[in-house]
Amino acid sequence: MTTAAIEIKGVTKSFRRRERGPGTSWWRRDWKDKVALHELDLTVDAGGVTGILGPNGSGKSTVIRILATLLTPDAGSAKVFGWNVVTEAREVRRHVNRVSVEASFFKELSPWENMIYAARLYGGGMSGTREQVVAILERLGLPLDAMDEPMKQLSRGQQQKVAIARSFLTAPSLLLMDEPTTGLDPRSKKEVQAMLEILRAEREVTVLLCTHDMDEAAALCDRVLMMDGGRVLADGTPAELCRRHGGATLEDVFMHLTGKTLEAQDQEAAEEVEA
Amino acid sequence: MNVKVQAQRGELNALFGFAERSMHSVRRYWVWEVVWLFYSMVSVLSIGFLASGLGTLGGNGSFDLHRTQLYLLIGSLLWGYLSLVFMEAAFAIAWERWEGTIEYTFMAPIRRVTHLMGICLFAIGYGLVRTFVVLLAAIAMFKLDFSHADIGAAVAVLAASTLPLIGLAIFTSVLPMVSPQKGEQMSFAVQGFLLLVSGVYYPLTVLPIPLQLAGYASPLTYALDGMRRSLLNGASLADVLPAVAILLAMGAVMIPAAVWVFSWAERRAKRLGLLKRSG
Repeated sequence: MTTAAIEIKGVTKSFRRRERGPGTSWWRRDWKDKVALHELDLTVDAGGVTGILGPNGSGKSTVIRILATLLTPDAGSAKVFGWNVVTEAREVRRHVNRVSVEASFFKELSPWENMIYAARLYGGGMSGTREQVVAILERLGLPLDAMDEPMKQLSRGQQQKVAIARSFLTAPSLLLMDEPTTGLDPRSKKEVQAMLEILRAEREVTVLLCTHDMDEAAALCDRVLMMDGGRVLADGTPAELCRRHGGATLEDVFMHLTGKTLEAQDQEAAEEVEA
Repeated sequence: MNVKVQAQRGELNALFGFAERSMHSVRRYWVWEVVWLFYSMVSVLSIGFLASGLGTLGGNGSFDLHRTQLYLLIGSLLWGYLSLVFMEAAFAIAWERWEGTIEYTFMAPIRRVTHLMGICLFAIGYGLVRTFVVLLAAIAMFKLDFSHADIGAAVAVLAASTLPLIGLAIFTSVLPMVSPQKGEQMSFAVQGFLLLVSGVYYPLTVLPIPLQLAGYASPLTYALDGMRRSLLNGASLADVLPAVAILLAMGAVMIPAAVWVFSWAERRAKRLGLLKRSG
């Protein structure tokens, strides 16, 4: 029997925050728990692209961050290729990389300087790394004259391509992509999606893709989980979900399950944050 | 290749990676580095002139200007070096938090001690280079005479003080982990207290007893004492051995304790979800 790429059993996560209740004194704040995940069970086999669809605050980024060993679950267990994310974190880290919605870099340093830093953290060195970086960036369509310019001078789309290149550089077995195309212009978005198509076809890496772009999920994912309020509402291939819930698109399925559009849910989540 | 050897090479590679990243940053911000060097130089030189000024304040008592100047300048130079290392260590973590890269660093399959040592390695090397440049300026300005000094003993004290300094620097770097917004500024409060109790510009004996006791717990006190005795009185290595031994012992306790505290702060941040840039 092959080991699952991801195996999550009964994982819960809440965040404690001190908040001032309405009408209470300015110095008085009470602890409040905000549940991000309600007892999640999930198994993902190796290979292919699995999408997590949901509005802001649905818990999809929490799943990604737990698998990336950046968050500790309150209860349950999460394993990556059989290694526990809490007790065997270093083994997990050898096999995982992540692309987040913000392309997090040392903005004053160049793509090359950021890349060699990343390579060194994963055991690489100068030898051969530059050629490898050039090959990946060419494949992603980044102009090579940008390699030695400060990251802050690159466009948002270019920065995201460097972020994807950084994750490829470490040859992960599990790639966690947290809204990698959010905020990109249509052309950059298409280029990133084309890269994901290639990954999907090659199936050498398991991709967990968080997105709230329904069309992107339908086009790229072999399997889709719909999440809302920290719970999985539906799980299946895009075609299965449409058939099961009687919708022509994943947007219809989401509306059927929640009674709201994804945009409306995002708006609600934003208002909750503001409140 | 043996798996263990390969793992150790990987850790060494990462250690160098942290130092290399900071060197790239210094190169990119070189204009600001020149400004900071100027500031360090001005701070140390003003202390030298303070000694000159004290000599002109009157009184018929004997005043050894050269000795006073050297006493204060040793304090100022060593303090400049130590505060620079603290600042670099705290700034490295705060910088990573600000840029959002700390999550990527924490996701890397390396030991935390490698990460922290890499930060300190750069901070110490950078601090030494900058302090040496300022020292050259002070020698040229005040015609400092080290003919009676035992430079070897002073270097031994400086080398031994590196260990507790690494411990203190790691402790300082915990602050931006605990509080993303105010942690870096808190490191200045720690520095200020060390400046007060460690006898940087005056002997510990002028302090009230509670502050003297705090001074005895500060490694900086022993580093300054050893350096002053070797540079002012020409104390030999054998004479400063007690100070060297205390510094090494403090380092042996402080480094593991600081790494443990940092790991605690990391676990706390992961439990509470504090690693995100927004904090």
